[in-house]
Amino acid sequence: MSIMDQNGGSVIAMVGKDCVAIASDLRLGNQALGVSSNFQKIFPVTDRIYLGLPGLATDVTTLKERFRFRVNMYTIKEEREIEPETFAHLVSSTLYEHRFGPYFCEPVMAGLSKTPSGGYKPFIAATDLIGCLNFAKDFVVAGTASEKLFGVAEGLWEPDLEPEDLFETISQTLMNAVDRDAYSGWGCVVHVLTKDKVITRTLKGRMD
Amino acid sequence: MNSLVDRFSTTSAQSEIRRAQALAADDEEFSDAAWGSEAGFGSLAKGVPTFSVPSIADPSAFLRLHTDDHADPNCRIKIQHGTTTLAFRFKGGVIVAVDSRATAGSYIASGTVKKVIEINPYLLGTMAGGAADCQYWETYLGIHCRLHELRNRERISVSAASKYLSNLVYGYKGMGLSMGTMICGWDKTRCRVPAVFYVDSDGTRLKGDLFSVGSGSTHAYVSTAAGHRDAFSGNTCNLYHIKEDGWHFIGNYDISKMHYDGPGDVPGGPGKGYGYDIRVEGRSSANPPPVAT
Repeated sequence: MSIMDQNGGSVIAMVGKDCVAIASDLRLGNQALGVSSNFQKIFPVTDRIYLGLPGLATDVTTLKERFRFRVNMYTIKEEREIEPETFAHLVSSTLYEHRFGPYFCEPVMAGLSKTPSGGYKPFIAATDLIGCLNFAKDFVVAGTASEKLFGVAEGLWEPDLEPEDLFETISQTLMNAVDRDAYSGWGCVVHVLTKDKVITRTLKGRMD
Repeated sequence: MNSLVDRFSTTSAQSEIRRAQALAADDEEFSDAAWGSEAGFGSLAKGVPTFSVPSIADPSAFLRLHTDDHADPNCRIKIQHGTTTLAFRFKGGVIVAVDSRATAGSYIASGTVKKVIEINPYLLGTMAGGAADCQYWETYLGIHCRLHELRNRERISVSAASKYLSNLVYGYKGMGLSMGTMICGWDKTRCRVPAVFYVDSDGTRLKGDLFSVGSGSTHAYVSTAAGHRDAFSGNTCNLYHIKEDGWHFIGNYDISKMHYDGPGDVPGGPGKGYGYDIRVEGRSSANPPPVAT
């Protein structure tokens, strides 16, 4: 039994047309025993960056606070908001600082980065537990249901989805994947980031 | 020491297998098995079940090494574990309820497994542990219950049937069989009462009024909680009622739907779901009960 599977949980992020989506389940378990059906794993970093932290629940909470501290320090020193690319490297280096005694989390990030012309470009990334960055152009997954998420996402995702279609795609992907995973599920939460708003929806999932 | 005993004893299950194998090998050069099947009877075609055993000193250690024995989740062969099964005795007979989830590691391999084995029209066996072990030996039990009927012109009692099974699996003790089962029925002859017996692969056989077997068993003594709380139980619930005239299949219920909507319009039912919100309502200021109007 891996320590990464102790509490269960999964996160997925997807790219759409001028939008990104990030979604997670809501289960917190102690091995096979489900404990909470309202354990948030996705946290806003700025208005345009969301961070998902599946893995060991104690490290989810610790890392959330650690990233909040580091992003605040960055904002104060630079006198501007952090960009998604920069944040991804901040996540990576924070995790690699603990190379020989890691946090048992695999962060997934979704954001919109500013372009020189003043527009916004979708950005997603994921790292492993010691900070190896993976910048994907389509989708990234992590957590106990990651294999299942890869399978469903590979079948459902297509390029240039509009926000509402992206919401449907990521929701269907997550819901169907977690229904095949014993350690994930118990409801889902989905965030869709567009240039002028963030849509957050909580989904009713199977409760078994 | 044990392997020495196994190799030279004449009464152990292993020696019996060796004898059966030698018999089968002598039988003919090309047995029916060589043609793919023995008319659908598998290893039962010769009356005595025979099993091929790897040609090494300690076959059970070999099997333990390559199948998940809780200790090693990364092994090659994964046997289905994780189940909730429940059976109890009452005035009106026996109620049997089981879930339908099959898991291999964390993967939910199926949500539509039949975990009640209909041994014959008046005997039911439940399935927990190794799916193949339960299916095979309870079917085998069915054959012998029918043979008992033909020989004695009388239905076998639940007690006798369960003892037949427990004696049978005891013969294979230590060889890696994994099953926890409840044999349920209504004795027509002699005592004329409903009966539930718990039988497992250690050789334990217990008579009782209420049993729950499987990973979700501790939750199951409370009700639908098992399918909800236990990661390795869920999907649907198969419900059976054993009456004097044999078993009746009552229905297949979606556990998630029951969690949200409750058991439906049944006498004594709450008329609503057992959902998380209902159970924690008013327990904290963050989740207050609805304001009275």
